[in-house]
Order: sequence, then C-alpha cells, then structure tokens
Amino acid sequence: MSKEPMIKLTDMNKWFDDFHVLKNINLDVFEGEKIVICGPSGSGKSTLIRCLNQLEAHQNGKVVIDGIVLNGNLKNLQNVRKEVGMVFQHFNLFPHLSILENLTLAPQWVHKLPKEEAESYAMDLLKRVAISDQAHKYPGQLSGGQQQRVAIARSLCMKPKIMLFDEPTSALDPEMVKEVLDVMVDLTKEGMTMLCVTHEMGFAKQVADRVIFMDEGQIVEEADPETFFSNPKHPRSQEFLAQILY
Amino acid sequence: MTNTQENLARQSIASGFSFLGQEAGFEISESSIEYWADDSYQLALFVGILNTFKVAIIGNFLAIILGIFVGIFRLSPNWLLSKLSESYIELARNIPLLLQLFFWYAVFTEIFPDVKESLNPIPGVFISQRGFFFPIFKEHFIWKWVWMTFIGGGLLTYGTSLFLNKLREKTGEKKSLLPFGLLFLFVVPILIWFFGGAPHELDIPQLGGFNFSGGMTLTPEFVALMLGLVIYAGAFNGEIVRAGIESVSRGQWEASQALGLSRWQTLRLVVLPQSLRVIIPPMTSQVLNLIKNSSLAVGIGYPDFVAVANTTMNQTGQAIEAVILIMGVYLFFSLSTSFVMNRYNRSQQLKERGA
Amino acid sequence: MNLKYTKNPEKRSLPLMQGLAVWMKKNLFSTPLNSAISLVLLGLLFKALGPLFYWLVVNSTWEGTAQTCRHNDGACLVFIKEKFVFILFGFYPRELLWRPVVAISLFIGLCLYSRDVKRWNKLLLWRWLKLILLCAFLLKGGLFGFEAVSMDRWGGLPLTLILAFIGLIFSYPIGILLALARTGSLPLIKALSVSYIELIRGVPMISLLFMASVMFPLFMPDGIVLPKLLRAQIAIIMFMSAYMAEVVRGGLAAVDKGQYEAADALGLMYWQKMLKVILPQALKIVIPPTVNTAIGMFKDTSLVVIIALSDLLMTTKTSLKDPKWLGFSVEAYLFAALIYFIFCFSMSRYSKRLEQVFSYGGRS
Repeated sequence: MSKEPMIKLTDMNKWFDDFHVLKNINLDVFEGEKIVICGPSGSGKSTLIRCLNQLEAHQNGKVVIDGIVLNGNLKNLQNVRKEVGMVFQHFNLFPHLSILENLTLAPQWVHKLPKEEAESYAMDLLKRVAISDQAHKYPGQLSGGQQQRVAIARSLCMKPKIMLFDEPTSALDPEMVKEVLDVMVDLTKEGMTMLCVTHEMGFAKQVADRVIFMDEGQIVEEADPETFFSNPKHPRSQEFLAQILY
Repeated sequence: MTNTQENLARQSIASGFSFLGQEAGFEISESSIEYWADDSYQLALFVGILNTFKVAIIGNFLAIILGIFVGIFRLSPNWLLSKLSESYIELARNIPLLLQLFFWYAVFTEIFPDVKESLNPIPGVFISQRGFFFPIFKEHFIWKWVWMTFIGGGLLTYGTSLFLNKLREKTGEKKSLLPFGLLFLFVVPILIWFFGGAPHELDIPQLGGFNFSGGMTLTPEFVALMLGLVIYAGAFNGEIVRAGIESVSRGQWEASQALGLSRWQTLRLVVLPQSLRVIIPPMTSQVLNLIKNSSLAVGIGYPDFVAVANTTMNQTGQAIEAVILIMGVYLFFSLSTSFVMNRYNRSQQLKERGA
Repeated sequence: MNLKYTKNPEKRSLPLMQGLAVWMKKNLFSTPLNSAISLVLLGLLFKALGPLFYWLVVNSTWEGTAQTCRHNDGACLVFIKEKFVFILFGFYPRELLWRPVVAISLFIGLCLYSRDVKRWNKLLLWRWLKLILLCAFLLKGGLFGFEAVSMDRWGGLPLTLILAFIGLIFSYPIGILLALARTGSLPLIKALSVSYIELIRGVPMISLLFMASVMFPLFMPDGIVLPKLLRAQIAIIMFMSAYMAEVVRGGLAAVDKGQYEAADALGLMYWQKMLKVILPQALKIVIPPTVNTAIGMFKDTSLVVIIALSDLLMTTKTSLKDPKWLGFSVEAYLFAALIYFIFCFSMSRYSKRLEQVFSYGGRS
C-alpha cells in the first residue's frame, strides 16, 4: 500500500438546491482497500460515490483521486474517469449494442485500442464472470443478474484502479443476488480498490476492510467489520443495525 | 335515374375521365418539362405532379435537416441558443401554415421592388417581385464530367469512411475523414474543370422588357412555398428530435461518461442510435404532412398538382373525377412513403427477450 | 458535529448585477465555444430585433390616412384601426355587432371557467349545451324580436371558432367510435373503419374541402341547398375524426391489458367495459395528443379560405383588397397571426398543465 491515499476527501459538502445532502465529508481510502458504505435511505451514500467520478458535482471542499484534483477542469475529469469504474443499480447497459460491443466500446474509443485486442480482453473478462456464451446476445435478452455481471465486466474492461458499486444488487431478484456478489468477492481477491454502497451485510462482513456508516449526509461511524457489526459505538449505528439484522 | 346522375345531366357534364385527352387551354407558370397550353389535360396534371414531387423532396430534405439542428440546439446548455430555438418552435407551430404562406408571399410581392428596380446584392444576382434571378454556368461539355466526378467523389468519400473505420478497428487510431472528403469532393472536380478549359462563362440574367431572361429563376411562389413549408415543418421536426434525444434515459449518459466517453462520443455512439427508434415514427408522419401541406400551394398560385387539378375542375366541370384524382395521387404518395419508413423503422427495433 | 458550512454557496442571494453576472457566466459563457455562440446570437438578435422594434413601435403610424402611412417608414397601425372590426367579424351587420361580441366573450368566459378539472361534471356539460344554444341564437337571431342574420354574413373570428369548436365536439365522439370499430372483433366494421381512417389520413384537407364544396351539392335532392358553412363543417368533422380515431386508438393500446381482463372476468359486457373501465383511462392517457389534434384543427380551419368561406384568414385577405388601403399585407397578416397565436399557444400551455394534473392522480 502506498503512503498517499488513492481517494482523499477533505471537508466535502454538497447541496441539492437548498438540501444539504453531504455534510463535511472527510475520507481517506488507500490503494487496495475494500470499503462498504451503508446507512438508511437518503443518507447520501450514493451521492457520495457519485461525487468521486463527478456524476454529481460538489460545491465545497476537495476531492482528490489518485493525485488528480476534481475542480471542474475537464482534462482532470477525463483522466479520473479513465481510472474509476462504476457499476449502477440499474445496470445501464447499452441496449442497441451486443454484449461484446458493450464491453469493447469504451476501450476502442477512449483508450484507442484495436478492435481485436479489445475483443479478446473482453472475452477473457466475460469468461471470468461466467457469461462468455452470451457475448453476441443483446442486453434485452438477458436476465437481471446476467446483465449486472456484464456491467461489471464492462467497467473492468477499462482496467480501472478503483471500482465503485452503487447498490449493485438492489434491483435484482433474490435468486440472482448471489451470482453477482460472487463476482464481486472474486474481484476483491485481486487487490482492486473498491467502494461499495450496499445493504448486503453478509458481503460486508466477508470482504470489507472498513465499514462506513452514513446518516443524514454525515459519516457517523467508521470501523472494521468485526467491530462495527458486533460493537457499534454510535447510537444511530446501533439503531440501524438493530433494524436490519433481526 | 339517381339524384346524382340527374344533377350531373342537368349540368350537361359528361361523367368519366375522357376529358383527360382534351386540350387543356391554360398555361402553367412553372414546369419541369415542356408544356404548352394546347397540350392535354393529362400532361398538365402530370406537370402538376412533378411540381408537387419537386417541392415534397426538396422541402422534406431541408425540413429534416432544419429539424435536427433545431432539436439539438433546443437541448444546448447555452441559454440563448436553447431559448431562441424554443421561441422559433412555438411561433412556427402556433400559426396556421396557410397564413405563413400568405405572409411570405406578401413579403415578396409587396416588400421587394419592381423588376426594373431589382435589388442587386451581388453582381449577377437580382431580387425583385418576380423572384430570385441568378447566373448559372453556360453549357460546356466539361460540366458533365465535373458533376460525375463530384458524385463519384461522394461515393469514394463514403467508401473511404468505411475503410477508415476498418482501420480504426484494426489499430485503434482514428484518422480524420476530412482531408479525403476535401480531396474527392472539391479538389478533383476543380482539377477536372481546370483541365477542361476552366470555362467560366456565365449566363447572366438580362433585364429585357418586363422580365429577366437567361440565368436561373426562382419564382416568388416557389420560394414562398418552400420557406413556409420548411419553416413550419422544421419546428415540428425539431420537437420530435428533441423528444427522441430526451427519451434516452439519464443512466445511459451516466454509464457512458463513467466509462470515460466524451459528450460528443456519448451522443454519437450511445444516445443518438437509441433516439432514432423514438424519432422515426413521428418523423414519418411529418414527412407525410409536408407532402399533404404542399397542396396549400394553390393558395399562393404555385402550380402544384392540386392547383392544376383545381383549374381543370373549374374548366371542365368534372368535379368528381378531379377530386378522385387528387385523393388517388396523394394516397399513392402517402402509402408508399409509409411503406418505406415502416421498413426502416422495423430494422431499427431493439432485440428483446424471446425475440 | 460543528459544521463549517451550512448554506449552498451556489444559492446565496447576490445583489442583482452580481447574480446576473454569475448566471451569464454559467449559461452563456461557460466554454469558449459557448461564448462564441452567445456573441454571434446576440449580434444577430440586435440586427433583427432592432429594425423590427423601430418599424413596429418607434416609426409606426397611429393616425391619418393611407397616404400618411405610405409616407412613413413604420408600421401602418392606422390600417389595423380601420380594419380590425372587419377582420374580426367579417360582413356581420355593423349595428348588430354586440351580438357576436357577447357570444365570443361568453364562450371564452366558459372556456376559462372550465379550466379547473374539479369543475368537470354533468352540470358543466349542461352549461356548455346552454351556451352553444345561446351563441347560436345570438348569431342567428330571428326570434324574440332579434333581427335574423343569415349564415352567409357570419365571418371572421366567430366563424373560425364555430368551425373549430363544432368540429371538435363532433369529431371526438366519432373518432372514439371509429377507434372502437378498428380495434373491435367484427371484421366488416373493422375493415370499413380502417379504410376510412387510412383514406382520410392519406389525403390533404383541401381535397376534402373541395369534395364537400363541389361534390356534396351534386348528391343533394332537388331544392335542398346546403349552406357552404355546413358543407365545410362536415368536411372538417370528417377529416378530424380520422385523426382523433388514431389518437384514441393509441390510448386504447396503452391501457394495461390487465384492465381488459379484469373487466371481462367480472362479466361486464363490451359497452359497459368500454364506457366504464377502458375509455376513461384511455382518454386520460392521450390528453396531450388530443389537445394537439384540437390545436391542429383550429389552425386547419384557415383552409376554408380556399373555398372562399369568410373565416378569420379570409377576412384578413379580403381586407387587403380595399383599393384605398393597398399594400399593408404585413400589418394585416401579423395581426391575424397574433390572434391565432394567442389561441393556439394558450391551448398548448393548458395541455401541458392538464398533463401534470392527471399524472399526480397516478395510473391504476
């Protein structure tokens, strides 16, 4: 692990008009760390990770990704987005392209890879997420779990240093959640820096280096999973856990 | 005898289409083919069809392009551009087309000066109440070659774009099409022109008596009709394009940008292809509408099919036949355009589960 | 936790000039390309609106005769002053003008009153019925000592409103019937409906107006003469019902299949199912395209110019033929355009409002 954090948030604030959605966020994430962010709805967890690749813009404070400052400069933003991959709750696959084309689109146009190279790497990734036989099908023809696995592979195709997951299993039928979580667990074994917003506490316990609990726009508690789940310190964390783990 | 036949007989009108072979006896102010007043009604009507066809093709082409620009401008982050597009759309859509046609026609016939005092903004170009007059190149054998190389250049450019695409797939580098396009579409035809003797003799409109002769003429009727039709249709097309682009979910934008694609790349590779599905059906309607709206030409004196049929109807009294002809011709245009657009639409459908 | 910041810096209220500057930077000058576009557009706007403003406001002539107007460069508003009564009311007898004025005012009044969806009930329907009869009486006269005014003299705005409004109230139900016929299961009725709809939608409105104006008289028995207004009205109704039919058909298709199934499972007969369950939902769903079609119909009434019926556009055109007032087409057409624009634009704004009202209720 390097000394400088991969992700450094300093006094970050964000408002949606007058609604103060992120309040004074301070966070350091080091290379290779796996962070799970949890909390009640509306606590700002999705907004937090969406600020990391500037799908949402912050109004105050500093966001530094791998040494690059996100301050509105377009070039910086482009560079950050090349290094940060994102998996969405609703997959957001491109419906007019085949699975293979979904994966190879960005590598060809952003990294300027030749088609053959992009395709062969894409097929390797599809094999990893166990979906290579569907390469020439279209997203509309796949199940939710399959689509999400493809979405993960699509982000990985860009060889990101950081992977962000925004409630990746929340839109899935229960029987498909496991296949996606398995893929994510597999990823953690590779040393990838990951931030995951999720309600899947089993996943957090298994894989996270740190659990971050957010409520009403603030980071309320930060701890390793063991400490957090067995001995939460803050009353709000205790309340939350009591509600979800009966 | 039924009522209809009684009435018709009383008005001494012979039913049937035999009148088509008779001499028409009227002039047509604009025609793409040779036509004289002693030609048959059939030929006159055919001239009308050609005029309608001309207006329909040029009008739709321009209106679609205008619509694409207006739709994209409407969504621009530049407030002025967006608001101006919006104002244009609201103005054009909420005023009847016929009124707009009358307006443009009045602008020509009242605001522009008499032929003898024509505006002369550029040497050789004259604008007057009688229309736009501008010079064209005189007949010379080399022009045929220039046009052929231009069209050939177009095909070559298309071929090159395919080739460059394959090249990009192979190596990842994107080479610009621009130099090739310029070469094939401009440089080569100009060279041909040059080596053919560089003919630059112009047929300049000359004012003689009451009108110009020579050069090329765009009549006020034609220009007013085109202006009215294109401006009107462009507004509707703009809304269709806008709705199409907006129909693509935000998530598609976000996923593309999260992957590092630029705004233009996202638009071209992800959003526009998906928006086509939503754009084509209503756009088809608008194409048909423009064709039908061209019938309003009769209101400002442009000799489209309806205008010619109307004159025919007034002269021969063959009302039923004329109305049947009008409906028949337009039905033919409508059904064939629908057919073609529906084929294209089906090819753009997304593949769904179970398909 | 002590928060360092509590207010969104982007939302702090700035003094006017500063706020304006910030807004301009964001919306007009955010990138070099944007700035260039803004500058070009501002330049074009000044070049175009400047002369227009001079022509319409500064140099315009308010008093005088046609001569005075022709001497000046500006807009001839005297023309409008002279002619607006004719443009608005056509050949209606001057001394009886209060009648169409009252009729139009009542009509617009009831329209404005009917905007509120909460007021849509049987009582309102009655009110509309009474209004129609009252307006017809006001315009026609002939009873209770009111002098009769023949339909030939009706013109201008009242005529346009009549053509559009009557067109709407007939073509809407006919369109619904056509749509039901087309989506029904009786093959003959379906075929007739499809043929009618596709035929009408494939031809220009003008051809129907010609058909009505020239062909209908040939089919009438002796002695019965249909006034031109009635013939044009029939053509407009025929034309619009085909387009309404397609709009309603879209609505019928958009209603969830489960609704049809539930109604069938409950044992409802076809008409009960349609009237009580499906149509109310279908019609609500397609309010925007319905209003769009209505706006289109309003504009299409202007086509009766071609068969020389004195609607608003025709009276405008006629007003230009006065030999004492030649050459003011631009003023006249702009005036007419303004009137049409006010009606059509209000309708389209209302349609957007309706859309919002009906979407809060939520669909079942």
